Amino acid sequence: MIYFIWTAIVIIALSMVALLYRVVKGPTPSDRVIALDSLGITLICLVALFTILVETSFFLEIILLLAILSFIGTIAFSKFIEKGDIITRDDSR
Amino acid sequence: MTILANILVIFFISVGLIFIAVTAIGLFRLPDLYTRAHAASKSSTLGVMCILLGVFFHFWLNEGHFNPGILLGILFLFITGPVGAHIMSRSSYLAGVKPWKGTVRDDLKEEFERMKKEQGIK
Repeated sequence: MIYFIWTAIVIIALSMVALLYRVVKGPTPSDRVIALDSLGITLICLVALFTILVETSFFLEIILLLAILSFIGTIAFSKFIEKGDIITRDDSR
Repeated sequence: MTILANILVIFFISVGLIFIAVTAIGLFRLPDLYTRAHAASKSSTLGVMCILLGVFFHFWLNEGHFNPGILLGILFLFITGPVGAHIMSRSSYLAGVKPWKGTVRDDLKEEFERMKKEQGIK
């Protein structure tokens, strides 16, 4: 079981390297944001697997926290790309 | 019993690993933003859901405590993953990111031009 978890962590780390290539090279900013969203999701997987590895359940709150932060970041960046600002004022509508 | 639980955990984590690896290969190889968003939203959402299910079963069946926080995380990821990718690709279309050269039809383009003509923007 321990060896299986380590193999899984190595595979996820390799896929994070492939996503980092897209973050560095991506032609448009939207590519980078999508790749960063996927990096957040792979980070959630890493936290879950390390939780099995160290045999504690204290880190399980981090999963929900990372999911919420990744979603808020994606929404903020997409609104910035579409309109040019993130929080619109009432009189500019 | 513990062997059955380990088989269940290893099955779910392996399926999740396959989908995460497919996500990385898709973002590495696909030609433009929309196909990359397609790969990133669907397969990474399913992969992280399978891995979290495996971790949930490990803590429930091997360690013996039921953790509803992981189930809440699975539900949240299932709702927000495709929504995030949809909003991202829509905003990048409105910002003018061109699709791949081999694209056959573009239905949103006519709608977009009609909308611009009606509102008189640009």
